[in-house]
Amino acid sequence: MNRTAHRRLLGGLAAGAAFALLLTGCQSQRDDGDPAASEPGAASDVDSTFVFGSSSDPSGLDPAFASDGETFRISRQIFEGLVGVEPGTADPAPLLAESWESTEDGLSYTFALKSGVTFHDGTPFDAEAVCANFDRWYNWTGLTATESLSYYYGSLYGGFAGDENALYESCSADDESTATINLTRPFSGFIASLSLPAFSMQSPTALEEYGADEVGGSEEAPEYSEYGEAHPTGTGPFVFESWSPGNEVVLAANPEYWGEQGQVQEIVFRVIDESTARRQALEAGDIDGYDLVAPADTAALEDAGFNVMQRDPFTVLYLGFNQTVPELQDVRVRQAIAHAIDRESLVTQVLPEGTEVASQFIPPVVNGYNEGVTDYAYDPEAARELLAEAGFADGLELTFNYPVNISRPYMPNPEQIFTALSSQLAEVGITVNPVADEWTDYLDRMRGTSDHGIHLLGWTGDYNDTDNFVGVFFNGYSNEWGFENPELFSALTEARQIPTPEEAASTYEEINEQIAQFVPGVPLAHPAPSLAFDPRVTSYPASPVNDEVFNMIELSE
Amino acid sequence: MLRTIGRRLLLLIPTLFGLTVLLFFWVRALPGGPAAALLGERATPEAIERINEAYGFNRPLPEQYITWLGKLLQGDFGNSIETRRPVLEEFVNRFPATVELAIISLIIAVGIGVPLGYWAARNHGRLIDHLSVTGSLIGITIPVFFLAFMLKYVFAVQLGWLPSTGRQDREIDATHVTGFFVLDGLLTGELDASINAIVHLLLPALALATIPLAIIVRITRASVLEVVNADYVRTGRAKGVSTQVIRNRFVLRNAMLPVVTTIGLQAGLLISGAVLTETVFAFPGIGAFLAGAIFARDFPVLQAFVLFIAIAYALINLLVDISYSFIDPRVRIQ
Repeated sequence: MNRTAHRRLLGGLAAGAAFALLLTGCQSQRDDGDPAASEPGAASDVDSTFVFGSSSDPSGLDPAFASDGETFRISRQIFEGLVGVEPGTADPAPLLAESWESTEDGLSYTFALKSGVTFHDGTPFDAEAVCANFDRWYNWTGLTATESLSYYYGSLYGGFAGDENALYESCSADDESTATINLTRPFSGFIASLSLPAFSMQSPTALEEYGADEVGGSEEAPEYSEYGEAHPTGTGPFVFESWSPGNEVVLAANPEYWGEQGQVQEIVFRVIDESTARRQALEAGDIDGYDLVAPADTAALEDAGFNVMQRDPFTVLYLGFNQTVPELQDVRVRQAIAHAIDRESLVTQVLPEGTEVASQFIPPVVNGYNEGVTDYAYDPEAARELLAEAGFADGLELTFNYPVNISRPYMPNPEQIFTALSSQLAEVGITVNPVADEWTDYLDRMRGTSDHGIHLLGWTGDYNDTDNFVGVFFNGYSNEWGFENPELFSALTEARQIPTPEEAASTYEEINEQIAQFVPGVPLAHPAPSLAFDPRVTSYPASPVNDEVFNMIELSE
Repeated sequence: MLRTIGRRLLLLIPTLFGLTVLLFFWVRALPGGPAAALLGERATPEAIERINEAYGFNRPLPEQYITWLGKLLQGDFGNSIETRRPVLEEFVNRFPATVELAIISLIIAVGIGVPLGYWAARNHGRLIDHLSVTGSLIGITIPVFFLAFMLKYVFAVQLGWLPSTGRQDREIDATHVTGFFVLDGLLTGELDASINAIVHLLLPALALATIPLAIIVRITRASVLEVVNADYVRTGRAKGVSTQVIRNRFVLRNAMLPVVTTIGLQAGLLISGAVLTETVFAFPGIGAFLAGAIFARDFPVLQAFVLFIAIAYALINLLVDISYSFIDPRVRIQ
């Protein structure tokens, strides 16, 4: 009995000691965490490590083979394109190209390149490097020329070598710092599109050395190349350090950077895919900031002293009409729905702060925005009259599709938006049959079938080009909208080929009016995505097109 | 005994084979394909078609199954659609994190659950007994997801005692040998790395351990109560066998059989329970990976995961059976 008691006491002591050890271990680790980070190399006496909560792993490190936001966020730190954007706007601005000129016919662009810039591996950035990148994209074949890899090149440049639709013709290095790109036909969005990370300049030496285009392995499932997994080499302010999949990506400041280096010496992109978990990680001080803050969290975070910032809206949320549904073929019914919706109250009730009411399918900052577009003001009486004229005086029943368990930048809370809209529609005598789907099923239903009625969807722009909004929605027949409108389709195809955005502006204004009269759906709002930061982040270069490079971040401690 | 174990392992083969059939068709029966998840909102039907073509999703199901099984037998689980890496490699990378988490959870669940259940039984009908019964009922009913967020809120956000995410702090810069961070620290002599890893494990392990802990308390208590009242215990007492012997050899040993079965079952559940816990704590194990795979309809990952769980269950069951024969010599595995 005695012996047992003794043993128990020892055990208890050991357990207590172990727990104490854990606590002190934990304590000391948290204490020396900060000084360690502000050791030599720091630009000032702030903690120069910036930890960002990413919602997923990058899909690879080679931005030319990517199309998703989390990959581009990392690419923007490592790579730069010929063209960037004016900070805080969506407008193209010089980056690696100091200026450019195009010929009258819009078929040839000459870029004057910044001199004295080198890639992270020491390769000089010059006209040869520019041509190497364009030629690389153009000459992709097989697996590299598929939508799952080269989505942006494929969709914007019409096709690859040998493709009769290909927009790219050739590139010539006129001298070390002058490169000319020739196109087969004009493309008004050409310059703006070059600000996409997918068209960043990459080191030709590194691309070659690490077999950047050797994706594959097996035909059924593309595999990363060695380059895309571990050797991204650009000219940007940060250099790739490491990637542990599912966990984090680490970048370090590029000591040879041609521009301003900024305070941040190390960036950690930590993968936290659950949104509440990201918020808690910020509150616990484990990350310095994260993107796409849930609308419900912004006020609480602000009250707790965190910096919540809104990007200027570069999104559109709309209620789409599927015109294969007979009732929706009547323009009066479509107009009635437009009049029945109170967008103001929708925005104030369920959408995040900073959201703007929409009158057309492009946000106000985009080229071709029509100030005087036909607008369907909230007018339930007019809606009822139009419905009566169309023969639905006794009410109308429609299927209303919406996705669940998803949050998109343009649609943070589809369930709430659905509820608000369906009660507004009920006011004027439109009864909806709700059909809710999980996100991927929802997209399948919208794109692959005509089995849907009125529905919620939207878009976040990639770069400042009108075609990237209205062209994406209405450039041809699709299952989502279910209508044929040759006039509109050809107007969009022609607008795309106007040489300069300035010339295209008036055409797009007309197109926006044409769309407004046709009412393919109701543009509802331009929701503003929010970011949240630790109080020590005093300045962050929030950009409508997510062009946020972390050397611009300012920290106070 | 070795022969018996060998036979049991061989029996595993047809079981797994049957499972692959079920699994394959079940996963394909899920609505929605991977192409949609892969291509985003604006992919055209043609693009989706191309992806299905490239991955073979549009071929007849039996053909797809045979191709898949053939590769499986060569150890090729295919590539993850989302991450584009071989599934096997992804598993090997993430596996140690989850095992570490499961082991610590099991230690918490058994280390607290068995003594508590035993103690409650010995104090049958008293306050401590009622408390443990009520407490374990709460433990069983509370959703893991909710508990994980609460634990994190209290200990990471409010008190700031424990980290909210990850496996180890970056400042630690530990050398990794096996991928088991706690073990690695011990092997390389970097004790602070081990401690740091344990600190990161505490909250997720506690969240994950709650349900098994509650179940183990209840089973131990019930089992001990049953054995205490058994004839042979009464006879032993009457014959003057010492309390010590009665407790350890008569009661505890015999009461342990159902407890061991339960522990085995719970150990298997821990791995699947890790899906929620790892997601909440951004803990880079296979659980968090699976959660992502479900949303992305990442078929190769889903299939490999279920197979993996099945093998884990079968092995744990075998271990349970083997341990029976040590606890109770009358039970010999056949």
